Amino acid sequence: MADVFDGVRVAVTGGTSGLGFALVRELVQRGARVAFVARTRERVVQVAQENPGAHGIVGDVAAKNDIYPIAIQITGELGGLDVLINNASDLGPTPLAMLSDTECEDLERVFATNVIGPFRLTKALMGALAASAREGRGAVVLNISSDAAINAYPGWGAYGSSKAALHHLTHIWNEEHVNEGVHFLSLDPGDMDTPMHAAAMPAADPATLKRPEQAAHELLEAVAAQIERMAVPIGG
Amino acid sequence: MLAARLPVQRPVDAKLLVVDEKRNLIHVPRSAFVDFLRADDLVIANDAATLPASLTGTHEPTGKPIEVRLAGRPSLDPKDIKRFSAVAFGEGDFHMRTEDRPLPPPLHPTDTLVLGPLHATIETLLAHPRLVSLCFDGTADDVWSGLASHGKPIQYSHLQSSLELWDVWTKIAGPPVAFEPPSAGFVLDWHVLSAIREHKARFATITHAAGISSTGDDDLDRLLPFDEPYHIPTTTADAVEQTRQRGGRVIAVGTTVVRALEDAATDDGHLRSGDGVAHGRIGPATQLKVVDAILSGTHERGTTHYELLRAFLEDATLERATAELDARGYRTHEFGDSVLIL
Repeated sequence: MADVFDGVRVAVTGGTSGLGFALVRELVQRGARVAFVARTRERVVQVAQENPGAHGIVGDVAAKNDIYPIAIQITGELGGLDVLINNASDLGPTPLAMLSDTECEDLERVFATNVIGPFRLTKALMGALAASAREGRGAVVLNISSDAAINAYPGWGAYGSSKAALHHLTHIWNEEHVNEGVHFLSLDPGDMDTPMHAAAMPAADPATLKRPEQAAHELLEAVAAQIERMAVPIGG
Repeated sequence: MLAARLPVQRPVDAKLLVVDEKRNLIHVPRSAFVDFLRADDLVIANDAATLPASLTGTHEPTGKPIEVRLAGRPSLDPKDIKRFSAVAFGEGDFHMRTEDRPLPPPLHPTDTLVLGPLHATIETLLAHPRLVSLCFDGTADDVWSGLASHGKPIQYSHLQSSLELWDVWTKIAGPPVAFEPPSAGFVLDWHVLSAIREHKARFATITHAAGISSTGDDDLDRLLPFDEPYHIPTTTADAVEQTRQRGGRVIAVGTTVVRALEDAATDDGHLRSGDGVAHGRIGPATQLKVVDAILSGTHERGTTHYELLRAFLEDATLERATAELDARGYRTHEFGDSVLIL
């Protein structure tokens, strides 16, 4: 039986590192048509070469003027979009600082990447996602969340509050677009052995952390379950 | 009519002239569009996003400036993005009326153009000194990346500020295949789609590569609209069929939807799903087979869009409606007011 992701058009932001990289690799292996976005051209080229068929897009979701160029390359190269994974994240300055010690500009930058960027990109791609839903392919937006979105961890103020905003945005969006057939998920991948986690908690023992490949697989199973609930075979 | 000079898709004071089935002329705020829907009506829009199809650069053999406006491509296939027909202009930009734009330098097959990061070669001269077919170098992804970073939306001198993609993408914009925005769809936003559902009407889409509306050259404009590829999803064809069975109306949002649906219509009024290419013009002699009504921008006499409206309305009524649009200060062009012909 074909994999549920076979032929599914998926875009992943922050696709060259950590969780995003693991998502891209598993999606390509499972037959998805993948476009991924990241800021560093050399790394984008390298990941595209390592994952034949994946489309690499250079862009920064935190930059307003990058959003439409990113969106048109995603829908242009894939011919539409079924799944958007807003994965790119900014932890803010490290070592992690108390909120009152956090510079306003740093907070703004974290929100630009973690909230406003996904908001802008999702908005620009809503038409493509809704079209996919109308055509019975299912449409899912997965926003990567964190337990810091729910729990008030000292030192995680900028990141945690931005993820809380994204989490709530996701739920409101889901309510508003459920009739359109576009579903929004906000999922916490858990503590992973990634560059971001190492920056936040340098003393953590990587052996105690989840592998990003494991987290990516769990997240994709959740997306797959949602697609299977929604998708109606063409003509069915 | 007045030119709409600001790129605002849904101005709060947007107007709608409704021509109802009894040929009454009714003026309402455009936001009242959904109140004219009935249960079982089907509203069909074009979900094409607009390409940044204006590319400036240099004609390498002469070193002279050139603007090419991509104007057509053989199919909607995402990989089929290297070959286009294009209209070429010499120096100047959108601030100058297209009628006043100089010809490009003389163009020949094998001439190369440097258009920002994109390189293209002229393949064929078509039926006019401005009209060529060209082929971009590189992979499909290179072309998408180059268009995304260097292209600008095609625009005309009635707008003073430079358009961005967010100005020209409708809320429902999906596949980027249109050369100019399917601007009748500016009326739609997610709230309106929700209101359509509340009226127990339905919403569906087609994807149609809306072409350029004007070149500023009478000879070339006579060739418009160019052939335009389109795609009709199976779900849309099914929805048309169900609408017919239930006695609802098929309401096209914009002229491109009429072109696609009528091109795909069979003689007995059914609709073929899948890919096609719309040829030719729709006008007073056209017998509409699928579309019952149209929500459109306002159009001036003599344009191909105006001619298309003649397929929906007898001339006397269309004249009366056009006189009303003039008298009441309706705005025209892509960001203008609207008409609904039932």
